[in-house]
Amino acid sequence: MKFQLLALSAAVAISASATAADLKPAVVFDMGGKFDKSFNEGVYNGVERFRKETGIKYKEFEVTNPAQREQAVRKMAQRKADPVISVGFAQASAVEKASKAYPDTRFTIIDMVVDQPNVQSVVFKEQEGSFLVGMLAAMKSESKVVSFVGGMDIPLIRRFNCGYVQGAKYAVSNAEVISNMTGTTPSAWNDPGKGGELAKSQFDRGSDVVFAAAGATGAGVYQAAKDAGKFAIGVDSNQNHLHPGTMLTSMTKQVDIAAYNSFKAAQDGSWKPGINVLGLAEGGVDWALDEHNKDLITPEMKAAVEQAKADIIAGKIVVHDYMADNTCPAMN
Amino acid sequence: MTISNPQQAADQSPAIDLRKINKRFGPVHANRDVDLQVGRGTVHGIIGENGAGKSTLMSILYGFYEADSGDILINGKTVKIRASKDAINAGIGMVHQHFMLVDTFTVLENVMLGAEASSSLRHSMVDARKELQRLSEEYGLAVDPDAMTGELPVGLQQRVEILKALYRGADILILDEPTGVLTPQEAEQLFSILDTLRSRGVSVMLITHKLQEILAITDHVSVMRAGTMVADRVTADTNKEELAELMVGRKVLLHVDKAPAQPGDVLLQADNLTVRDADAVPRLDDVSLKLRAGEIVGIAGVSGNGQTELLEVLSGIRPVEDGKLNVNGTLIDATNVLDAKDLRHLSVGHVAEDRHRLGMVTAFSARESAIMGFQDEPEFNRGLLTDGGAITRHCQQLMDEFDVRPGNPDLKSANFSGGNQQKLCIAREMERQPKVLLVGQPTRGVDIGAIEFIHQQIVKLRDAGSAVLVVSVELEEVMSLCDRILVMFEGRIVGEIAASEADAKTLGLMMGNASEAGGNAG
Amino acid sequence: MSNRTLPAWIDIGLIPLINICLAFIVSAGIIMLIGESPVEAVQVMLFGAFGYGEGIGYTLYYATNFIFTGLAVAVAFHAGLFNIGGEGQAYLGGLGVGLVCLMLDSWLPWWALLPFAIVAGGLFGAAWAYIPAYLQAYRGSHIVITTIMFNFIASALMVYLLVNVLIEPGSMSPQTRSIAEGATLPYMYQVFAAFGIEIEQSPLNVSLILALLACVLVWLLIWHTRWGYAIRMIGFNEKAAVYSGINTRRTIVISMCISGALAAMVGINEVMGAQQRVLLEFVAGAGFTGIAVSLMGRNHPLGIIAASVLFGALYQGGAELSFEISTITRDLVVVIQGLVILFCGALAYMLKPTLEKLFLRYTLSKATRQDSLKEEAQS
Repeated sequence: MKFQLLALSAAVAISASATAADLKPAVVFDMGGKFDKSFNEGVYNGVERFRKETGIKYKEFEVTNPAQREQAVRKMAQRKADPVISVGFAQASAVEKASKAYPDTRFTIIDMVVDQPNVQSVVFKEQEGSFLVGMLAAMKSESKVVSFVGGMDIPLIRRFNCGYVQGAKYAVSNAEVISNMTGTTPSAWNDPGKGGELAKSQFDRGSDVVFAAAGATGAGVYQAAKDAGKFAIGVDSNQNHLHPGTMLTSMTKQVDIAAYNSFKAAQDGSWKPGINVLGLAEGGVDWALDEHNKDLITPEMKAAVEQAKADIIAGKIVVHDYMADNTCPAMN
Repeated sequence: MTISNPQQAADQSPAIDLRKINKRFGPVHANRDVDLQVGRGTVHGIIGENGAGKSTLMSILYGFYEADSGDILINGKTVKIRASKDAINAGIGMVHQHFMLVDTFTVLENVMLGAEASSSLRHSMVDARKELQRLSEEYGLAVDPDAMTGELPVGLQQRVEILKALYRGADILILDEPTGVLTPQEAEQLFSILDTLRSRGVSVMLITHKLQEILAITDHVSVMRAGTMVADRVTADTNKEELAELMVGRKVLLHVDKAPAQPGDVLLQADNLTVRDADAVPRLDDVSLKLRAGEIVGIAGVSGNGQTELLEVLSGIRPVEDGKLNVNGTLIDATNVLDAKDLRHLSVGHVAEDRHRLGMVTAFSARESAIMGFQDEPEFNRGLLTDGGAITRHCQQLMDEFDVRPGNPDLKSANFSGGNQQKLCIAREMERQPKVLLVGQPTRGVDIGAIEFIHQQIVKLRDAGSAVLVVSVELEEVMSLCDRILVMFEGRIVGEIAASEADAKTLGLMMGNASEAGGNAG
Repeated sequence: MSNRTLPAWIDIGLIPLINICLAFIVSAGIIMLIGESPVEAVQVMLFGAFGYGEGIGYTLYYATNFIFTGLAVAVAFHAGLFNIGGEGQAYLGGLGVGLVCLMLDSWLPWWALLPFAIVAGGLFGAAWAYIPAYLQAYRGSHIVITTIMFNFIASALMVYLLVNVLIEPGSMSPQTRSIAEGATLPYMYQVFAAFGIEIEQSPLNVSLILALLACVLVWLLIWHTRWGYAIRMIGFNEKAAVYSGINTRRTIVISMCISGALAAMVGINEVMGAQQRVLLEFVAGAGFTGIAVSLMGRNHPLGIIAASVLFGALYQGGAELSFEISTITRDLVVVIQGLVILFCGALAYMLKPTLEKLFLRYTLSKATRQDSLKEEAQS
């Protein structure tokens, strides 16, 4: 293993000059900005890792209004950037147009599907990961009331919510789930104060485990859980280390890996267009178990979740996807 | 803190000695080689028409403007006054026409504001209270230091302004049109205060356009015209006619020349009009009156006794809520509410009391101000758009007929002098020969020359068979212009008197105290 | 200071120019602090905004929005009202435009659809302005408070509608389906192409013509109709308006509705033109930028056009700047934009007294010189 890595880096070093000149990767972040503590930041972490490992610099742009999406994606292609990562569902139409105009450029879009021969679409089955943490929440809960704090009320977040509810009810059939969205504007991604307030009100209504899928707003939720002695579940990256003892687990979404892989694949020639659906089976989403939360997860809980995970991968359990039909039967 | 010292009067140099003061605003030469000496312990009047340069001169003395050239000597010493601070340090205090007081502060707080002796407010307050006490006694300016300033009557607020100046060590006081806001009684009190100040060695400069006040209180009087000082007189050696002529530059008729009225049909009749303010306090209380063709009816009264509300309700600015109004056979009451435009259509003209806030829009060009109230008339509109040419021609016509200067319809309304603004307003309201004309303060802030003209126009309209209602706080004006006088007090009409039988004393009594009122119009 | 005003060329020409220069000088300092060359930055910005077809297209495309919102703010301002609800009115206006387009796009070509879209968008925007206007005129609620509240309500309403009602079935993102081809406004590059002139692609579309038309109409309305007369009179002096027999409440409500309808025209540019669908946050701050635009443009259509182009250039040049120079982030671009607003809007009159003094000194010396010449001639 070690040897292989060494050999690889040696190879990289030898071909570095050539490769660096050939590969001109680029990334277009969306309106949240690259430090949004959510998937823009996940992408940023992935491409940064690529830059550090390979020394290949990438071009980047953060859009500030809807019109800039197409402008930026096009401009990247114009400047012969390749591949171009587009972050977020909102850039779909921009990528679609640009991919037609620049058929020789490779595009990767994250969180959305664009059906073009030179586009790689990476989407996640957030509902599957949410299902697992929903199970953990319901099993951990003593009151059998658990809750959810979403960021901005958009279909993607409802997908998280819907998976979470399904998981909780799968584990404990009479479990009750309280759901709240932080807001209706993008500021809902960055409002820890309101996140904390929402969590507190949910605790008052009996909840003792809360799952936040709300970007930076989540920080307030986790703090509120710690202050109230309740449990919280992190999102996107492994956030178990934030408040060991009250962070029950995290639902990880490997956006960084997806971004990293896109560049890496382009570098080594294995980049392929098409749809990459990253669910539990592909390791795109998962639940996090580490030294910070191992004391909170009983062997029974772990066994049940692992069993469900295997069943989902095997297709024995089908987690309903909110975005397939914009409904969530489990919540009615 | 230096307090004036009467002994200084022994030194014979004048308190203020202005030499060859010049000030230009662009092409306008506002002060041209102005000389002025004000003796110590005297009251010195400065008169002149609007725009004669009085205000500029005082602003130079108080540091608002810097003179382009010339010298200022205070008590014989040359001083440079670049800002109000320099003026205060030189012992000059100013009482502005509009008070510079904080309504929500007490008298004491207002007096010491900006002149706190130390950084500790408590210490300053104690010292200031003592000083205020001393000043009040020395100059006979009694006022409660703890009263809320905004709640004091106007006369007392002015007293606070004077105390403020004295507190800052002023031995020269400039008063700018001080009686404009006062009742006749309050004005009397002010004059007795000025008398006391004079006897204590304070020099007072009184800026006014009221000749009577000059004669009543000043020792000397200086007359300004068109930026220059045209005359200095010892007050005892001059008279109204001479001063008026000096101000205007020609002979001026000070009383209104008119034939006896020949009242005809009732054109406007008000029955039991009552107007209440937001707190349900009646501002106009059960007022009934009749205006007949061919007569001028005057409303006398101390400002704020319902005259404003009366004009508003008669002109349609304020809806009739209680009582009824009959204009030319049209009945107006709470069920048939008409607005100002409707009343204009009933041939009611209205020259507003306050032309800056009501009668014109100072930011508008003259041509735009000249169609106020008539903006929807077909003659000023062509389809959807306004007819710019017609509006300009209309304004030019009004300006020609009423001698408005400068006769430029495109000039901003604010850039006309008070008299010319008023002439334009009156021209606009009279142009259609209204059956009923309501005139509020016909000559407030208007030069003597223009007053004569305005009075003549009002009489001319009367003689043409219109009914005119004149509201004025100037008793003299009411007595000389009107045929019949109604006196208002606390929202009611408390008396009626024929102008020929009225004199200032009886009217003053009627205005001040309802119970002593003679006649009763009910 | 004095009652003399400066000549127009100084007041509306020189002062804004100096203010912009000041803003750029301060920005240059900041750019130097982060180790970049201000000269290069200015070059990139200017080239990005005006240097080539696409850049000019984007600049004018942004300017189109700002003209609409700037006019909206100006009309309300003339009536003495501070409408800071342009954002919400534009958002709702876009909804109206979108609904009509989605309903009729399979039947009508764009030129037949446009009048319906304008009316629908205008009505929606006007309706959104009507409520705060009514509350101001008849209930005394302050328009600044209510309009800003209505921005939030508009935002929440649009999210609800886009997430739950208008979302394209099966779509992941909260936006409507695309408006059918042929029913969307032609892009300018298409218009030019029809005449055989090739220009670079940009979202700039025929809405720009509509915006310029709106400028003319607003100019006529405000200065050449009796309704504009009434609006201005209320703005300067409400009591004088009552004196003139103007129904002030109704006029306030009407001018706010006109304002809202103008802001709603952003929806034409965005929904029917650039984005070709209703999506979240398409207004992107144009409503607020309109306040600065109107302020800088002295509430006059000509000034608003000039200020809109300036802000369009700041937006486009700013994007170009952060694209070309990676250390200049979009946040720094916002700082530069903010400095321009600060110097041209908030501090617009900072230099006026100084210039006035300089100017007066100049004319004075000229006048005295002439006087002395005259006296010499006389003697």
